[in-house]
Amino acid sequence: MDYGQVVANGLMIGAVYACIAVGFSLVWGVLNVINMMHGSFIMLGGYLTFFAWLHLKVSPIVSVVPVAVILFVLGYLIQYLMINRVVTQPVLTTLTLTFGLDMILYNFMNLWFTATPRRVALDLGRLDLGGVVLPLDRVVAMILALVLTGLLYAVMRTSRIGRAIVAVRMDRDAAALMGIRVNQVYAITFGIGALMAGACGALVAVVFPITTSVTGLFLGKAFVICVIGGLGSVPGALVGGLALGLIEAFAGFWFSPQTAILTGFLIMLVLLVVRPTGLVGRRGYE
Amino acid sequence: MKRLPYVAFVLWFLLLAAVPFIASNYFVKIATFLAMYAALALSWNFIGGYTGYPSFATAAFFGLGAYTGALLQNAGMWVGLAWACAAIVVTVFAALIGFAILRMRGHYFAIGSIALVEALMLVASIAADLTGGGEGLNVKIMPGGPNYIGRVFLYTMLGIMLAAFITTVLVDRGRLGFGLRCIQQNEDAADMVGIDTRRYKTAAFALSAVFCGAIGAAYASWVAYISPTDSFSILLTLKVPVMVLLGGPGTVLGPIVGSAAFVMMEETIWARYLDYHQAVLGLVIVLLIFFLPGGLLRIFTRRRVAA
Repeated sequence: MDYGQVVANGLMIGAVYACIAVGFSLVWGVLNVINMMHGSFIMLGGYLTFFAWLHLKVSPIVSVVPVAVILFVLGYLIQYLMINRVVTQPVLTTLTLTFGLDMILYNFMNLWFTATPRRVALDLGRLDLGGVVLPLDRVVAMILALVLTGLLYAVMRTSRIGRAIVAVRMDRDAAALMGIRVNQVYAITFGIGALMAGACGALVAVVFPITTSVTGLFLGKAFVICVIGGLGSVPGALVGGLALGLIEAFAGFWFSPQTAILTGFLIMLVLLVVRPTGLVGRRGYE
Repeated sequence: MKRLPYVAFVLWFLLLAAVPFIASNYFVKIATFLAMYAALALSWNFIGGYTGYPSFATAAFFGLGAYTGALLQNAGMWVGLAWACAAIVVTVFAALIGFAILRMRGHYFAIGSIALVEALMLVASIAADLTGGGEGLNVKIMPGGPNYIGRVFLYTMLGIMLAAFITTVLVDRGRLGFGLRCIQQNEDAADMVGIDTRRYKTAAFALSAVFCGAIGAAYASWVAYISPTDSFSILLTLKVPVMVLLGGPGTVLGPIVGSAAFVMMEETIWARYLDYHQAVLGLVIVLLIFFLPGGLLRIFTRRRVAA
């Protein structure tokens, strides 16, 4: 395996990583809440996609839409009914709350779906580009991930709700004075975060086996990407995701898959100390 | 009224110490867990309660202590000395790491401390030559039979709990506690009035590690087998702050009350619902956040004010 293949693998996974982190980063940046449920949301999206594919023969490319809608409603309700009540409190409170909610969600997913790894096998074949082999299901996942990330960027920049979210992120009080219903915006933002996680779950189901035991792994990746790329911006999450994809591909190539994950965490710890605003810096959802 | 926490602690300590003489080995085990979690909660209280830093590094210290103690013991070191060495290693580690990551505040610190647990767990899995990797590590079983061993570990954990409590009282009354409370209320202002915030925070972080290290090492000898996922358990790293929040953060008695309430709930209520163990724990956390902000002790103080 030569370096071209390693880079290609890294970029394909990296695009999915970017999509994983972008919703997490949005929630953290706007609500100032670390959503510990993000990994479970991704897996929930993955399971819904898998069962739609298994029982109803719906292709993941189609089911990504209803899955995203379901997750949006779930996220909206969780924020509107619960997290909004403590959203202004210190990080310990909000983080512990989402951790507690995650334990409930995780427990039920484990009971209903069991920990058996499952995977949507699309068998689309592969693309050979002069020695660099690209499995087509991964290419599809990468393109969908980039499209979703791009869509979120467009929504943030152009739509009314996108501008409202950016306004709340910049100055909550001023936004409220301008007539923005902050609690509503928070709920929608959290819903969008869950939506992105659910949509990613659909992509992940195509690329990796899905099982409840990897929720923490995906959550960890979201942490690392947010710190590498910088908080609360779509381009930051994209840079961070692609960077992590490449880092893991090379570390996995030179050492071992476990070392690849460790490398991600170590780079994150160093960056936290040296440059907490990330590589792209804190710019907001402009 | 000011002496109440100390009286309550002494009574609690004596009750736990008396358990082997009045109850079966099952209760000795629970008493050992009560002492262990009380000491872990008291430790977390230094950084999380007094200083107000959302640390989730408890499992990192616990696990590092467990592995250090186990490896030293397997290399032939006397048990007690291995525990002491583990405590020292973990404290030095915490001081060094703390010096770096305590520059971050709020969310970044929380994430950094969780990453610490994950990174150490991966190191323990990868360094299989030393730690046995994912298969885990066996520790020599102490000779003397179950009754004797049960007592040894109960009194070890009680000793660590006592040490942690005395340290808490000293910090609470002393200059360090005052400085840490200032940092909790407003770090910039604390810095402005001349508190060396970095030194104080590092001291609090190291204090929150020393007893965790000793407990981890003692735990490894107690259960005689450790693995990366058990030692660096994300669940443990959450449970301990929850206990303190349940009792009342930033108080002397809060961690004791919280850990006692938590362990007893764990043993009586949700040990019966094994399938829903995590969900019930999650539900307790959610209810705690919504209905008991400030912890159990707050209920009593509130009433006193009202009366």
